[in-house]
Amino acid sequence: MKKPNIIHQYRDYTRRRILFVLMVILIMLAVGVYAVITGAAGISVSDIFRVLSGRGDAISGQIILNIRLPRVLAALLAGLALASSGAVMQSLLRNPLASPFTLGISGAAAFGAAFAIVMSGSLGGSSGTGTDSWIDEQYLVMFSAFVWSMVSTGFILVIAQYRGATPEVMILAGIAIGSLFNAGVSALQYVATDVELAAIVFWMFGDLGRASWDEVVVLSLLLFPILIFFMSKSWSYKALQSGDEFAISLGVRASRVRLTGMLAASLATAVVVSFYGIIAFVGLVVPHIVRRCIGGDDFFLIPASALFGAMFLLLSDTVARTLFSPVILPVGILTSFIGAPLFLFLLLRGMGRGYWS
Amino acid sequence: MEIHLKNIEFSYDRIPVLKGIDARIGKGEFVTLVGPNGSGKSTLIKCLNGILKIRKGAVLLDDHNISTYRSDRLARVMAYVPQSEQKAIPMKVFDAVLLGRKPYISWRPARRDMEVVDEILMRLNLEDVAMKEVQKLSGGQQQRVYIARALAQEPEVLLLDEPTANLDLKHQMEVLDLLRSLTSRGITVIMALHDINLASLYGTRVMMMKEGKIFASGGMEVFTAENIEELYDVKVHMIHENGSVYIIPNRYEIK
Ligand SMILES: Nc1ncnc2c1ncn2[C@@H]1O[C@H](COP(=O)(O)OP(=O)(O)O)[C@@H](O)[C@H]1O
Ligand SMILES: [Mg+2]
Repeated sequence: MKKPNIIHQYRDYTRRRILFVLMVILIMLAVGVYAVITGAAGISVSDIFRVLSGRGDAISGQIILNIRLPRVLAALLAGLALASSGAVMQSLLRNPLASPFTLGISGAAAFGAAFAIVMSGSLGGSSGTGTDSWIDEQYLVMFSAFVWSMVSTGFILVIAQYRGATPEVMILAGIAIGSLFNAGVSALQYVATDVELAAIVFWMFGDLGRASWDEVVVLSLLLFPILIFFMSKSWSYKALQSGDEFAISLGVRASRVRLTGMLAASLATAVVVSFYGIIAFVGLVVPHIVRRCIGGDDFFLIPASALFGAMFLLLSDTVARTLFSPVILPVGILTSFIGAPLFLFLLLRGMGRGYWS
Repeated sequence: MEIHLKNIEFSYDRIPVLKGIDARIGKGEFVTLVGPNGSGKSTLIKCLNGILKIRKGAVLLDDHNISTYRSDRLARVMAYVPQSEQKAIPMKVFDAVLLGRKPYISWRPARRDMEVVDEILMRLNLEDVAMKEVQKLSGGQQQRVYIARALAQEPEVLLLDEPTANLDLKHQMEVLDLLRSLTSRGITVIMALHDINLASLYGTRVMMMKEGKIFASGGMEVFTAENIEELYDVKVHMIHENGSVYIIPNRYEIK
């Protein structure tokens, strides 16, 4: 009897996983082009080429370079950050419900933003009088949201350091801290003026309309090192999925790998959230979709989730911009509307069949 | 590789669990740790390869203290098969076994890593399920996958915690036959086993543990009615047949 050649089968499997990644990149590029050409002002594909090669007219140059492109890149980078952080957190916490917000970042960031909005309102008197003060306030809100996110993350990681960096400790501490901050947000909303209240609520809808080149640059400088860090640890993450004790027996320093991984994922999430607000669902659901397609090996799961997340958030944002045009919906609302049915579809289709690869 | 346990003590949160364990285990020995629940078998196994850091005493491998090993170096010498996984890992069998190559891999597995996995899958009769999900295998096959994963580390010492738990009679024997065959390749096998009949059927060497101490240690001669009654607090019948000992608890005479 001829023995099956296992190594060949495995190589084929690896090739299929790489093919999936390439497919996602292709779809992402197509959606990217579509996102640049659609919108209130008409832009054509040839306009893109002309502008990118420096020969376009001023108006389409302005629209493409300063409005559409930063927004497209912001969607890609934010999706990449949220989905890869979600994939890493799900592995590190061995919990399919883990998401970038598991350590309470959404609550903490919302609190930070609300805090800055209420404080600058009461300190600066009439907020929103001049453009300059409005811009200053916007940065203040961003900064406060980021600082509070990292305070909450740091607090949980310190607790974990003392009580043992187990998934249970981190998840429970995250729930506790998250609800504490949510209470804080409610309190701030209660004391806020109508204008401030509106600003707080509006901030909490994730929205890529705030995108500019500055944030895109900061995000790319931060995210690529983090993504490479995740990839370099993917074998350790894979070992941790089978339990801490087993991972230690394979030479993985379990607590340290978990703490540093959570820190990196939280950092990426905190920056995205403070720039663009809370964009739900991407970080939770994209890793699941990808896992269903190519399996749970972190070496492939992390980059594939990152790219899928980028594509998915761009798609959502493009739909959000065009669905009820000229009204633009915040993308945070759309991600759930698109993601939930897609995920349920995959869940039902995959029932009893496992991964399709 | 000789293992020397030197007066090992270990406590969980100040509650002492191992209270001075001394033993020498030679290359290729087949050792079973038996004893009642809570006597410290699992804890001892985890201390042997540094999953738990011992408070006093030392584990020496050919006179080198394991605490001086770099973690991935130690993982190339000693492999650990945990007591049945909390839930089966969401991976294909090949990936699960390839994970055992982690101490040798930095980014991507090399050709040799693939060949080692291939060879082990063949040897353990897992070649037909190599591309299946671990969760979809039977209990006996899953246990073989976990042993295969440990063997992929190319260890000199294999530690197993209750490798026959959750298996039916035939699969228990299959796993133990497999482990026995490893010792003839020079691999030292140390396992916790709570079924004393299986231990007596296979164990070349038995270490009986009670309340964190080695209560008796040796070959078949330690399977005496007195020892077992003392160990488990139950009255037993001993049946000697064809060189094996069968231990039957006497259900009406629990001490
Ligand atoms: N993680 C832990 N924390 C605290 N105590 C533990 C822990 N694991 C085991 N123990 C205690 O240590 C003792 C020995 O347990 P264990 O080594 O699992 O015994 P065995 O494997 O022989 O049944 C038991 O009393 C048990 O309650
Ligand atoms: Mg045990």
